[in-house]
Amino acid sequence: MKRLNWRGAVSIAAFILLWTLLARLKAPGFAEIPDPAEVSRAFWSKYLPSAAYWRSWAVSFERVGYGFILSQLLGIPLGLLLGTRRLFHEIVFPVVELLRPIPPLAWVPLSILFWPTAELSIVFITFIGPFFIIVINVHDAVRGIRKEHLWLARSLGASPVRIFRRIILPSVVPAIAVGMTLGIAVAWNVVIAAEMIASDAGLGRLTWEGYVSHTGTTVIIGMISIGLAGYLSTLIVTYVEKRMMPWQR
Amino acid sequence: MLAGYLGAAALWYACVAWVPLASFRRLPDPVAVVTEWLSPQPTYGISIFTEAYYKHILYSTWRASAAFAAATLLGVPLGVCIGWSRSFSGFASALLGMLRPVPPLAWVPLAILIFAGSEAAVIFVTFLVAFFATTLNTAVGVKSIDPDFFRAAACLGASRMDILLDVVLPGALPNIFTGLQIAMGAAWFSLAAGEMIAAQYGLGFLIMEAYNLIQFPTIVIAMATLGLLGYLSSALIRVLGNRLMRWREQSLGFAA
Amino acid sequence: MSGALSIRGVGKTYDPEGASVEALRDCSFEVRAEEFVAIVGPSGCGKSTLLNAIAGFDTVTAGQITLDGRLLAQPGLAPKPGPDRVVVFQHGALFPWKTVLENVTYGPLRQKALSREAARAKALELLRASGGLDSTAASYPAQLSSGMQRRVEIVRALMNDPPLLLLDEPFRAMDGFSKATMHQHLLDLHRRYRKTIVFITHDLDEAIYLADTVVVMTTRPGTVKEIIRVGLGRPRVPQMLYSRDYAELKRSAAQSVHEEARRAFERGEREQA
Repeated sequence: MKRLNWRGAVSIAAFILLWTLLARLKAPGFAEIPDPAEVSRAFWSKYLPSAAYWRSWAVSFERVGYGFILSQLLGIPLGLLLGTRRLFHEIVFPVVELLRPIPPLAWVPLSILFWPTAELSIVFITFIGPFFIIVINVHDAVRGIRKEHLWLARSLGASPVRIFRRIILPSVVPAIAVGMTLGIAVAWNVVIAAEMIASDAGLGRLTWEGYVSHTGTTVIIGMISIGLAGYLSTLIVTYVEKRMMPWQR
Repeated sequence: MLAGYLGAAALWYACVAWVPLASFRRLPDPVAVVTEWLSPQPTYGISIFTEAYYKHILYSTWRASAAFAAATLLGVPLGVCIGWSRSFSGFASALLGMLRPVPPLAWVPLAILIFAGSEAAVIFVTFLVAFFATTLNTAVGVKSIDPDFFRAAACLGASRMDILLDVVLPGALPNIFTGLQIAMGAAWFSLAAGEMIAAQYGLGFLIMEAYNLIQFPTIVIAMATLGLLGYLSSALIRVLGNRLMRWREQSLGFAA
Repeated sequence: MSGALSIRGVGKTYDPEGASVEALRDCSFEVRAEEFVAIVGPSGCGKSTLLNAIAGFDTVTAGQITLDGRLLAQPGLAPKPGPDRVVVFQHGALFPWKTVLENVTYGPLRQKALSREAARAKALELLRASGGLDSTAASYPAQLSSGMQRRVEIVRALMNDPPLLLLDEPFRAMDGFSKATMHQHLLDLHRRYRKTIVFITHDLDEAIYLADTVVVMTTRPGTVKEIIRVGLGRPRVPQMLYSRDYAELKRSAAQSVHEEARRAFERGEREQA
């Protein structure tokens, strides 16, 4: 039974208090910002029952879902190949290293040019971020496997397939877990920005429209929704990780 | 290694020039990009010889540096406090835990409203990203210091300030530098996005402008420049870290 | 300051998450000045808890600990470690980011007890006396073997001229050869510098060989089960390990220790590797 974190409660309360003060007193810059009470009222009355609002959730979630899952499906094998095949590594890794520092969002215009639909271009952007992360994580993990383990297995007559299943894969699973956690956060970050720039639907768009129309309430509700959505995805990913690694409590 | 680059470039060119898909046709080809980048009289106004190019680089670099510096100056001390003092950690971690899941770029609209101007807003959002990464890694670094070091320093007569300078900071330095590298990379990512959404000047802005004005080679030039700057700044931090932590290098040598 | 340590009725109960755990109960023994005391017991018996209380890293919930009549620990007293009882740690706590010389001179410099030059001179002298270690003064600890690191850590402690030296299973992770060398080295230091030494170990042989007195502790809650006076003469030499007196001592002590070990095992204590 955990003791209640009273300090945490204190700081959160202080935060809300500060927010309320700044908004009520119309402090510089806060002229258009509603106080927490207004925000919760608006949420209950306007957003909760609004179908359009929940559709934004669905749209954003869908994009993140596709982009993220795709990035893992393609990224994990690529990372494994890069870690195990020396020739492949020599040729492909430098290209990966070159492309990796390019911010995912910088791909937006090329993506829009290339993909026939706006939806595909957004999914692509969402894919890029987690993709590089997982490739690097898996690659580093494979590289980190102690040579002695591999030599031992080979000298005991294990086939490459067995070595893969019994040694390489289990060593890589924790790195995949870390990569997934980082990746999902990046995916959300990217999708809502992409929505702000180049879409007409989704939570990012919602927040942006709040800005454009100078409706502080919408902006804040948008942000909180995005935060919640991101948090939910992280919970899902964590659950999957726990299933992947039952030996870790 | 060279083979990889050449292969990738060749593939790119081949796709753009020969693959009969409309999608590929729309992309700029590598030759056009490189020619444009290196040309003294670029068709679209941006090359290594034009002033405008460096102006954008300067804007982006200034914003990234300012945000990063602020994040380090605030994040490291805060991280140290969180990692060292359990009561402080109680106060701070709940609040940070609540704010952290919000993707940094979601702050952009709010930041623009509050800061009444895109410059400060973009720097703020970039700062946020770097700040969270720095604080978290610093706190982890401090928490992971073996308690025996604190005890040893205490029985040798060290004051709290001594412990801070002799145990906490050196002990957490490896994690701090990892955090700084991550923060730098994240800062550039965030900055690019912020500039694309809401700024004047800067490489992110350049990308959007080039897209809107149908100057496609410039798009790639800006992307590559962003990548390069991000990589160089992270490398700079790594080198600095290695110099400060020379004692780690030693441990990779041979025990007597 | 002669180093007479008194442990009277010391108890330690702590509660992580509300489940009360009694680590120590009514521990009492006296240590004369310049005596070498070894504390032996099964894993989890509270030896380290006792050491932490003596060193000032943690509080006690019952009893009293005094050094030369000065109060070190008592319920309600805030713990305060100090250079009068320096600890040498089990896994080694030389600062990896400081050179050997910086590590060793750390105490006197921080306490402003010696000038920089005096500290350096004393350090080099002590290092040389510990087997020519002055040549490593500019190296980092990671470049030294574990035996050398231990010796440097002991020098770091001695630099503060503490009346009491506390060692927490310092040779546990070492191989037989290194351990034997370290034993002779420690005995040599004890003879030369006349410090009171409290030495924690789980190794009965080590305890009997090194100490004047062996305190056998029970399993949790730890209390003093038996106090054995080691009558072997000094200086100790390895041949003594094969003498009849030694065998006698070992036999009677072993019975005590094995009883407790079995009790701990049956309790489900996991032996730490």
